[in-house]
Amino acid sequence: MNDGSLAIRDVTVRFGGLTALDDVSLTAAPRKITGIIGPNGAGKTTLLNTACGFVRPQSGTVTFDGHPLTGTRAHRLAGLGIARTLQGVGLFKGLTVAENVMVGATPSARAGVWSALFGLPRSDRDERRLRERAMQALAEVGAADLADRMPDTLAYGLRKRVALARALVARPKLLLLDEPASGFPENELPELGELIKKMAAEAGVVVIEHRMDLVMSVCDTIFVLDFGKLIAVGTPAEVQADPAVTAAYLGADGSERTSGEPPPVQEPPGPGAERAEGGGPPRPGADHG
Amino acid sequence: MQEFLEFTLGGIAVGMIYAAIALSLVLIWRGTRVLNYSQGGMAMFTTYVAWVVIRDTGSYWAGFAVALAAGLVLGALLEVTVVRPTMGKGPLNSVIVTIGLLILLEGVAGIIYGGQYRSFPPSFSIKGLKVGSVALGISASDLFTAAAVLAAALALFLVFEYTSVGLRLRATAFAPGVTRLLGVRIGRVLTLGWALAGLFGALAGVLVTPSTFLYPNSMDSIFVLGFTAAVIGGLDSPVGGVIGGVLLGVVLSYAGGYLGSNLVLVYGLAALALVLMIRPSGLFSSTASRRV
Repeated sequence: MNDGSLAIRDVTVRFGGLTALDDVSLTAAPRKITGIIGPNGAGKTTLLNTACGFVRPQSGTVTFDGHPLTGTRAHRLAGLGIARTLQGVGLFKGLTVAENVMVGATPSARAGVWSALFGLPRSDRDERRLRERAMQALAEVGAADLADRMPDTLAYGLRKRVALARALVARPKLLLLDEPASGFPENELPELGELIKKMAAEAGVVVIEHRMDLVMSVCDTIFVLDFGKLIAVGTPAEVQADPAVTAAYLGADGSERTSGEPPPVQEPPGPGAERAEGGGPPRPGADHG
Repeated sequence: MQEFLEFTLGGIAVGMIYAAIALSLVLIWRGTRVLNYSQGGMAMFTTYVAWVVIRDTGSYWAGFAVALAAGLVLGALLEVTVVRPTMGKGPLNSVIVTIGLLILLEGVAGIIYGGQYRSFPPSFSIKGLKVGSVALGISASDLFTAAAVLAAALALFLVFEYTSVGLRLRATAFAPGVTRLLGVRIGRVLTLGWALAGLFGALAGVLVTPSTFLYPNSMDSIFVLGFTAAVIGGLDSPVGGVIGGVLLGVVLSYAGGYLGSNLVLVYGLAALALVLMIRPSGLFSSTASRRV
């Protein structure tokens, strides 16, 4: 499909003997908010990692706007118009907030290495343009006044806002948000919901989230995963009414799973997450590195 | 007092050379967490290139410029061809590769240029400067050395702080995975880091060789002292590298001047051991250390 939607078709991912995703299909339409929910270890992050090409599925296809994404190198995602936030925050702790956001916009910087090295005017203009765009993105998430702070000095919820601004600044066509609400104070959740809806005015948004009130209030379509299988798809109302979903969340499906314990499906960060190395997604908590 | 002045100024001048080596090591360490043991060998090699150019053209400045350019190219070339394939395969691999590169560069230099000591011209006069009747212990050449390293370090700082390329360099140093996710081709950024490191190494080589002579191992002891300076500065901090270099230069100058000059390298190693024992993350390390 060349209409700007993300299409995951019949994807199966195995890590050794574990089947993390079992024949999962998902479509995320442009300018819609698509939620992925499920109990811990259901395969949500694996699905997101597959969606952006970090995890190569054993079978199935992933396309965005008609481009195949399987095995895409990470730096190409931004070029395709895909931005992704991390489960952690992933801000550069030695850079100011404004600089953090500017890095998100640098791929569009035109000045090359040499003009920057020799201080040519173009590189200077570039720098100003990047800063303007960063400030604009920060304003959109309500964090403009934080521009000169260091991420270390900010509360977790504020850092999440900055990370959102960094994803926004590249004007992506598809935003993949991994638990945007974690660390957000309860009373700011409605504002975050509004922010996500605003993002969906320009881009398709895929969001993994545990905070059900947020998911139910913003998503157009919700995909429910359990043990790597898709168990329900529909509008928030439909999903809420689905007995299979209730069963998965309450562990009342009569299977051998002991209640309250997450299923034993690991979600490894994918291959090669070591720093200073070629491919692979940043680990959750890569901001500490 | 007279001696003290001479030792201090002379120490600062030599320290600037350690600072240049330290900067080259810091640039690579920040970007790739590789300690480039071949940095001295690279600097020796580019100095030979300068020597050939000076011999054939008679122009010191032509040789100077060619050495810097050769440093840029050599750094980028080694990163792409030899270092990149070892990345992410464990720290030991890159250690062995850069040590191997050092041996290779010194061997090749021996094959091409022979093992004999060759003199290398200084930038300016090496006659000691005087203010009135007071000898300063430094020459015009020393002044140029200090000015050149300072100017290069300042230029590096401006690029790092005020350009988008510099921003990418810094971001990559902090979190390469995240940087890549944001659409930055970090391979190019790392190549640039190595190229800049090659440039600083080449600068150090050209500046120090008039006082050491040129031979395939001529940079070995300078490298050890530059490494010490980088460790004093915390390996992660360019500013720390420069301060570490000057500090080491001055301390070694006092040690050499007051205690005898034939053990300077030993004093340097003692300083390294001391820093590693007391403050292993360096005096100026900005970030909590991340051990490999």
